[in-house]
Amino acid sequence: MTLSLPPQTSHPSNLQPEGWLRYLSFSLDHKVIGLQYLVTAFFFYLVGGALAGMIRVELLSPISDFMPRETYNEVLTLHGTVMIFLWIVPVVNGGFGNYLIPFYVGARDMAFPRLNAVAFWLIPPAGFLLIASYFIAGAAQSGWTAYPPLSLTTPAAGQVVWILSVLLLGGSSIFGGINFIATVLKMRRPGLGMMQLPMYCWAMLGTSILVVLATPVLAGTLVLLSFDIIAHTGFFNPALGGNAVVYQHLFWFYSHPAVYIMVLPAFGLVSEILPVHARKPLFGYTTMVYSILGIVFLGLIVWAHHMFTSATPPWMRLFFTIATAFIAVPTGIKFFNWLATLWGGKIALNSAMLFSCAFIVHFVFGGITGVALAQVPFDIHVHDTYFVVGHFHYIVYGGTVFVVFGSIYHWFPKFTGRMLNEPLGRLHFLLTFIGFNLCFAPQHWLGLNGMPRRVAEYDPQFTLLNQLSSVGALLMAISTLPFLVNVVWSALAGQVAGDNPWNALTPEWLTSSPPPVENWKGPAPLVTHPYGYGVPEGQIDLKAVSGLEIWSEGR
Amino acid sequence: MPIPSAIVTLVLGMILVLSGLWVGQNVNLLPAAASTNAPLYDELFAVLFTIGTILFLGIVGLLIFSLVRFRRRDGDLGDGVAVEGNLQLEIFWTAIPAIVVLFVGIYSYDIYDRMGGMIPLADPHAMHGSMGSAVMPASVEELVTQDVEPRLWGGIGSPGGTEAGLLPVEVTALQFAFLFHYPEGDFTSGELHVKAGQTVELRMEARDVIHAFWVPQFRLKQDVIPGQPTVLTFTPTLPGQYPIICAELCGPYHGGMRSTVVVHEPEAFDSWLASNRPATLALTAPLATG
Ligand code: HEM
Ligand SMILES: [Cu+2]
Ligand SMILES: [Cu+2]
Repeated sequence: MTLSLPPQTSHPSNLQPEGWLRYLSFSLDHKVIGLQYLVTAFFFYLVGGALAGMIRVELLSPISDFMPRETYNEVLTLHGTVMIFLWIVPVVNGGFGNYLIPFYVGARDMAFPRLNAVAFWLIPPAGFLLIASYFIAGAAQSGWTAYPPLSLTTPAAGQVVWILSVLLLGGSSIFGGINFIATVLKMRRPGLGMMQLPMYCWAMLGTSILVVLATPVLAGTLVLLSFDIIAHTGFFNPALGGNAVVYQHLFWFYSHPAVYIMVLPAFGLVSEILPVHARKPLFGYTTMVYSILGIVFLGLIVWAHHMFTSATPPWMRLFFTIATAFIAVPTGIKFFNWLATLWGGKIALNSAMLFSCAFIVHFVFGGITGVALAQVPFDIHVHDTYFVVGHFHYIVYGGTVFVVFGSIYHWFPKFTGRMLNEPLGRLHFLLTFIGFNLCFAPQHWLGLNGMPRRVAEYDPQFTLLNQLSSVGALLMAISTLPFLVNVVWSALAGQVAGDNPWNALTPEWLTSSPPPVENWKGPAPLVTHPYGYGVPEGQIDLKAVSGLEIWSEGR
Repeated sequence: MPIPSAIVTLVLGMILVLSGLWVGQNVNLLPAAASTNAPLYDELFAVLFTIGTILFLGIVGLLIFSLVRFRRRDGDLGDGVAVEGNLQLEIFWTAIPAIVVLFVGIYSYDIYDRMGGMIPLADPHAMHGSMGSAVMPASVEELVTQDVEPRLWGGIGSPGGTEAGLLPVEVTALQFAFLFHYPEGDFTSGELHVKAGQTVELRMEARDVIHAFWVPQFRLKQDVIPGQPTVLTFTPTLPGQYPIICAELCGPYHGGMRSTVVVHEPEAFDSWLASNRPATLALTAPLATG
């Protein structure tokens, strides 16, 4: 690792507000925007969580008794939309991406700072529009997938607002994607090669390619859908000669890549966290890069696995089965590489590490059920049941959300200059881990045995497991309390972290905490070995070993 | 003397495989198997469950072992060993998932084929040819005689059981019910009644929005999409009553859109059919249909 940090240059003049007001302004600073994304997304996470809580309360009993049936469908539509478009996508892309990518490429800011600020400021109005629709005209009722003809026949106002809101969020996502691609490809500090970048850059590059290729398709589709609703065109309306299945193809052409938009950045974040806390280089850098690219490519050609029961012809079912199952290969490489990164390390079992390892467990589980779902004969039975609900929550919550929490424990010292409290962090982990598994593991059995998804009432034989699942959800809700207390308290009075509490090598740690506006005083460091941890094989680390070990080595 | 690690690994691997096999064979997570599809499905499920258990336990075991064995001891500020990769290892664990996935894919294709998934029934134009009519004689005649020639969209077919003849039932899915019309008796029922061992051909149509016909005990699901008449065939085997569940969000009462399929013993079915056939209509029906 080479770095040069000459002391103190003059502070550049700037017209931006100072202090905490920055966070409410149209700031162009990527770090401010990153934190704006994080906090906003977390707010929507709490909203989406409250909606999930309402769903789980309704499902405590097998009859529809907690809220009107229409409201239930509004709630489940809002829950899915909020969690995907306002929490997961913004937090792992906009949040951590904006904060970290300029550091990693050795830049002072993103390639297009203004576009970046615009991308962020599209989110709050879109989010409030979506939620306001519930209070004004009634929210959309057709699920986050908005399949026509249902979305054409449910009340139009809510559906149109939903479309508008998702279009704004999609636009925000595309702006962000363009910005990340440009930053990673064009803003690299001279001397920094692509294969020397921290893995998160590759993950964001792959994600952004998916965003830029797939999101416009969703936008176009939703515009057509809104024509069908407002102008009574017949693109997707069978009654007017349209075709409802075409919508599904177009929708999933975006929405399968979208699941990778939600999880690839998490893969990148884990790749940053594990080496630091295991004190070992990231294992198999090159294969990791190629597997990301492989996932991006395969992710674009598997969408119809969501449509195996939509009267798809046999050849199409076969093709999409094979393509989907093969995603397990690049994905598997990444998991084995992470395990090899841990192997032989000196692993600190702190909150960041615990959340990351739980991610591995959950994702492996969700990946296994995913490969099963890819098999047409298997999927025919469990499609649109709670089995699928279990599958994707293991991936999206057990995977991505766990990584988000791990990342907050990891980077909080950089964001604020203070450490998060470790015992509270472990309590948070324990509650989330137990609550999550209690909530979602039983759902697989429910799906296999006859409980469809998106229902407010169900066969009474499923009551017990649903109540168990609701208890898990309650635990998950409770688990956010120690987290929130921890964040607020630590930000104000936590232990001072110093510049580099983890002894990490990536460039965001080679500056003060929190970093100055220009990221580094003086020239940006050139980090060519972001994972250069560890002692060479066979050499004894004198700082670490005890006398006994030296003795036994020497024998 | 310490046991060589190669032996330990071998033994652990064998225990892992055996426990996966045991779980796959002995843990039953599925409801009753009541159609010819179901045993095939359960066979596939057992295989996937076995492989999944082995992989999951293996990976989680490895993870937990690493976390315990390589945890940082108090006061140890050193680093681990600087291994940056190992090409052979990486090729090895690219190959493992590839082989597993390939095996699973071929196997599930075989299951799919045995379920009748590869029978071409999507295109009525193909059915005019000899190949199509060889496969589904009864339905072709029905189709060709209709004025509007609907494009057919198939679910998984279910060959076999044809010696008892095909029982055609016209299914209409609408918010929020399934209606079953028996052309043989010219009456409509809110429940589906079928005969054990006789292949049923559901000709399904949706009136308003997309619904899905699902019978968990048959391991069978098919979306019913407006504008796309769909044919689904299956052969029930085990007499009993099973739920029919709508599996596609179709509006506020989606959760209540359920019905029952009754699989009768052959004689019981015939008497059920006779008791439902409207007496007068039964006489006039041949005249009406010409
Ligand atoms: C090994 C990798 C994976 C495979 C093979 C796989 C396979 C599948 C399949 C076949 C379905 C359709 C099930 C059905 O509706 O019948 C599905 C649904 C889903 N998967 Fe995955 N999956 C994988 C990983 C992921 C990842 C990484 C994510 C997200 C980060 C994800 C999120 C979802 C979601 C959200 C759905 C449900 C969408 C809906 O119907 O609302 N999956 N997956
Ligand atoms: Cu998908
Ligand atoms: Cu329904």
